[in-house]
Amino acid sequence: MAIALEIRQLSKTFTPGQKALDNVNLRVDEGEMVVLLGASGSGKSTLLRHIAGFVCGDAGSGSVKVLDRYVQRDGKLARDVRALRTQIGFVFQQFNLVGRLPLTTNVLTGMLHRVPPWRSVFKWFTRDERQRCMAALAQVGIDKYAAQRASTLSGGQQQRAAIARTLVQEARLILADEPIASLDPAAARKVMDTLARINRELGTTVIVSLHQVDIAMRYCQRVVALHQGRVVYDGTPARLTPALLHDIYGPLATELIAHGAPEAQAAPQPALAH
Amino acid sequence: MTDLAIAIPPAPRPAHHTGRLIGWALLCLVLAWAWRGADMRPLDLFRDSGNMAQFAGDFFPPNFRDWRIYLSEMIVTVQIALWGTVLAVVCAVPLGVLSSANIVPAWVYQPVRRVMDACRAINEMVFAMLFIVAVGLGPFAGVLALWVHTTGILAKLFSEAVEAIDPRPVEGIRSTGASPLEEVIYGVIPQVLPLWISYSLYRFESNVRSASVVGMVGAGGIGVVLYEIIRGFQYADTCAVMIMIVVTVSLIDLISARIRKGLI
Repeated sequence: MAIALEIRQLSKTFTPGQKALDNVNLRVDEGEMVVLLGASGSGKSTLLRHIAGFVCGDAGSGSVKVLDRYVQRDGKLARDVRALRTQIGFVFQQFNLVGRLPLTTNVLTGMLHRVPPWRSVFKWFTRDERQRCMAALAQVGIDKYAAQRASTLSGGQQQRAAIARTLVQEARLILADEPIASLDPAAARKVMDTLARINRELGTTVIVSLHQVDIAMRYCQRVVALHQGRVVYDGTPARLTPALLHDIYGPLATELIAHGAPEAQAAPQPALAH
Repeated sequence: MTDLAIAIPPAPRPAHHTGRLIGWALLCLVLAWAWRGADMRPLDLFRDSGNMAQFAGDFFPPNFRDWRIYLSEMIVTVQIALWGTVLAVVCAVPLGVLSSANIVPAWVYQPVRRVMDACRAINEMVFAMLFIVAVGLGPFAGVLALWVHTTGILAKLFSEAVEAIDPRPVEGIRSTGASPLEEVIYGVIPQVLPLWISYSLYRFESNVRSASVVGMVGAGGIGVVLYEIIRGFQYADTCAVMIMIVVTVSLIDLISARIRKGLI
């Protein structure tokens, strides 16, 4: 199986003497759905932002490779990082849509890398491209709001629009940074279901950071737990018992176990519409 | 209640009294010093109040005999302001983005900002006199003068709006692999557009006022007429022209308020 992501000895220091990432090594195969687990401040966001090439690791420390191409090495971004980013969809905790643009334009930005510059400058998209955008909006179930400004939608709807953007982008790796932390339980479940279906039916690799163990258990086979910037666990969620979590995190463990759980899994989800 | 033994901390002392007094004293000194230079003679206003009243009386009733000439020159003035503003907006969009610290590196925004400072520092009257030498007397010199000066102002206002944006949507666009230009077009401009429109409309209003002044040095429009009739002591005519300028500026103010409301 091809390797979607390979991180070697990545470290990052924001304030001297305090490592945000500490010698992280990680390998994710294509088609996997992995949960990055950790209490707040454990380095989840930092790690994801390094994978997308928004931030560079410390000089002389390790490398990040996505789909066999370097994103960064020795604390320097690859020259072709923008070309590589087209393969990586990013879903943010705060959605990061452009509030004053309609949903369609927000989603269409996902395919800017396939649109010639002379058209993208004038926001001129072909009928096929608009159709592709509508299909993606339908796949995540918000096509009826297509013409509305993003800022008029609820958090859950905005987050699904952000996922639709990664669909038209045809990303092979989706990084979701706490995608449900700002959502209510029902909206959170819809977002997680959508990500799981994209993984299952399109074979897209998904790495999603969370701080709730029970949600991690429900949605994936592999959990990578971070603590103080180090990978402290990598395996099935089943073995990640409360006792083990207490061993790893101490008092912080309650944040991972106690709260924020969407209601128990309901009826089986409909297939991803095509 | 009274037995709650709480040590009350001393109230913070008000800011330095002496420091503040020295500040006021300095301000008074500077004002006194400038009084001499500015040749301030307030008593003259009262001593010559008879003259002033007669002078004011000469303005009324306003003389609208040549209103056709005034109107056509007023329209030329608005046309000068319109072209000066439009050209400035077109230039200020890229220059404003290029002088924003959160978009481009320092070696780009520092030189661009300095050039914009220069455009802004020199008054449009001065530019008008220079352009009259270059392109001859007439409205075109006025357009060029307003264009250069307004570009300097709008580029600064535009870049201040850009520097205040929310960076997260821009990062969202960046995450798709979009180019830097696309980040600006899709991530930055939609956020600043309402402010940019407000600033541009406001500058158009100010440029109508400025255009009536640059005319005085020969750059076309109502200013030329105003200059001639003031020099000819035709105060009733002057009053008519001034009324027309006030009405025009107010009308433009009303229209631009309407446009602003519709676009934002």
